[in-house]
Amino acid sequence: MATSNFSADAFDPVDQHQQTHGITRPSRSYWQDAWIRLKANRRALYSLYLITGLVIFTFAGPMVWQVNPDLQDVDQISQPPGADRTVTLVEPFQPWYGNPATPGEGLRFAGPATTQGVQLQWDPIPGASGYRIYRNIYPVGAEKAYGLPLKENRADQTYFQDRLDLKPQTYFYSVVALNVAGEELPNALSLAGQLTRVITANEARRRNLLLPDEPAISGDTLTLALHPLGTDYLGRDMLSRLMHGARVSLFIGFFAPILFVLFGVAYGSAAGFMGGVSDQVLMRFADFVVALPFLLFMILFKVIFAVGPGESGIAPMLVAMVLLLWPATARLVRGQVLQIREEGYIDASRLLGAKTHYLIMRHMIPNTMGVILVTLTFAVPSAIFTEAFLSFIGMGVAPPTPSWGSMCNEGIKTMLTTPHELFFPALFISATVLAFNLLGDGLRDALDARMRNRD
Amino acid sequence: MTRYILKRLLQGILTVWFIATATFFAMHAVPGDPLSGDKAMTERIRANLEAKYGLDKPLMTQYGIYLKNIAQGDFGISFTQENRKVNDIIREHFPVSATLGILAILFAGVGGILWGALTALYRNRLPDTIIMFLVILGISVPSFVVAALGQLSMVNLNTFAGFSILPIGGWGTIWHMIVPSMVLGLSTMAYLTRLMRSSMLEIINSDFVRTAKAKGLPATRIFSQHQLRNAILPVITVLGPSIAAITTGGFVVEIIFAIPGLGRYFVEAVQQLDYTVIMGTTVFYGAFLVFMVILVDILYGYVDPRVRVS
Repeated sequence: MATSNFSADAFDPVDQHQQTHGITRPSRSYWQDAWIRLKANRRALYSLYLITGLVIFTFAGPMVWQVNPDLQDVDQISQPPGADRTVTLVEPFQPWYGNPATPGEGLRFAGPATTQGVQLQWDPIPGASGYRIYRNIYPVGAEKAYGLPLKENRADQTYFQDRLDLKPQTYFYSVVALNVAGEELPNALSLAGQLTRVITANEARRRNLLLPDEPAISGDTLTLALHPLGTDYLGRDMLSRLMHGARVSLFIGFFAPILFVLFGVAYGSAAGFMGGVSDQVLMRFADFVVALPFLLFMILFKVIFAVGPGESGIAPMLVAMVLLLWPATARLVRGQVLQIREEGYIDASRLLGAKTHYLIMRHMIPNTMGVILVTLTFAVPSAIFTEAFLSFIGMGVAPPTPSWGSMCNEGIKTMLTTPHELFFPALFISATVLAFNLLGDGLRDALDARMRNRD
Repeated sequence: MTRYILKRLLQGILTVWFIATATFFAMHAVPGDPLSGDKAMTERIRANLEAKYGLDKPLMTQYGIYLKNIAQGDFGISFTQENRKVNDIIREHFPVSATLGILAILFAGVGGILWGALTALYRNRLPDTIIMFLVILGISVPSFVVAALGQLSMVNLNTFAGFSILPIGGWGTIWHMIVPSMVLGLSTMAYLTRLMRSSMLEIINSDFVRTAKAKGLPATRIFSQHQLRNAILPVITVLGPSIAAITTGGFVVEIIFAIPGLGRYFVEAVQQLDYTVIMGTTVFYGAFLVFMVILVDILYGYVDPRVRVS
């Protein structure tokens, strides 16, 4: 038999209040636990960072980047980010009436091709009783796509000066011979040229590119204002517009969901608490509202608020979303309330003398909070989408006010030539929606009580 | 079952009545009226026009006439296009929207079910990661951007090929329908993929699948007979709301691809404040959606016998 090494006091009764060694971990509240689990979810955490960054971008951004979003920089229209910003100083514009002595043959430039004016000179085409001058931004090609007709000249006028909305890019000019009837003959002259951006001294002083007392020497190069994300089709700064547009988009994105979720919570918990006939009536009404075609009524609200086409309708948008989107939350909260009402701890609490008020504050609200928070997170991207969609079809924010949706609407028209005007607002919408979707996924997992203690 | 169907139909009719009433009173609460438009008119012309459109009667009488007409399927005459019936407008443009919507639903449903099943089978492996990334992207990119990109890629494709493979807009042949319906169905497909994936993951771990495996059934048979059929059920439930999402999302696609559908017509009517067309299309769309949801619910009862019992 093995010898025992138990001492005699090992058989004494244990002091009931003595701390046994820890088999428990420190007590954590529901929210602490959820937060720890959310932090473990890398995608959700990065989304949270992204959203924080976005809020900073929206509210602190305009303080750092103090460019007026409505200001037009007419020298830089539809410029992509990183575009050439140099501009050459030139003498003021002088009218020009052709110079047949221009060296060269066929169609040629009679001077430097600048954004101030392009001087074209050509040799007479035999048999032509007139000329039509065209300009294209693409090569003419075999299908004879001459582009934009600029002017018709008599046969003796073999020169033309183009001053129509010139941009610093490559243009393809064509001069087509016309017969007596004014019909185009097959013989045409073509010329391609890259325009240099120029500015006169007066103009440069007016835009603060030159100091008033600084001497202006023709041929000097200056640098135009910086636009980190380029400019739109009216020469407005994209970065500044994105920052200001974010205010509208995020305002709708945050406030509409907060309001309709709050309303839904109040409605749903009221229905759940009252029960019986009033519950039935309230929920039947919610079913009706669900059935209303959302977008149609949203547009109707704009009409009801007497916001005509071409006016900003942020208020009707907000009201319409609140009035139409609450039933989903109401249903969810009602279900939760009905479920929690039957729980044992509610009965226990009642037995201990808790009043309804206490039950709501202590049990109902904290226990439904998780579901509500998740609903809220998923409601944000759909609200942002709705705002963008309405602004896109011209029913939301009207042109002078920037919003991501209206910027997309404007950018889509020039998608083929300047894709950055569509790309940046679309990127911001997508990134925001993505972040909220991932955060919502993370929150749902983190707040799910069944997942608790499953580390 | 018959009782259930009758009850649902009754509820549906009540809902349509609610929509019609809400639309009617909403439109009449608008400051001004359809006739106080841009054209100046004398008192007499105005009175005649009001009599023609029945605007001279008391509001409740107008409401009664309106309800009676709707019950007979008559939505009145357009305000901006003289003597054109709203019914004719719907009859002409709705088939286009419906065709587009059905194609989009087919694309979304088939795509969502297949991708969802695939991601679940390859859980946490490369195909799953790639598809789920695309799905998240599909949910996060606004429909008008997807539509624009779809059109842009068609332009590029045509330029690359040197001739027109797919038309970039308009309506008419099956070729016009391909890209718009794919664009329209994309976000729904992404949503259905997510749903199908989680439902499939639950099924994969269920007892009957393990039993089927233990019996020695081939994997393809387990997939088609046991997993797919059961995992599809939750997808069918959301098909009703998806139809709603797709019909309303159709506005954008119809505008961008220049498709003469009812959605585009509705947006135009709103911009021109064509009251009868707005009310008519709203009620029509509302009724359509309500009965589609009921239809899906009833079909669900046939697909899943458990629902019928409860």
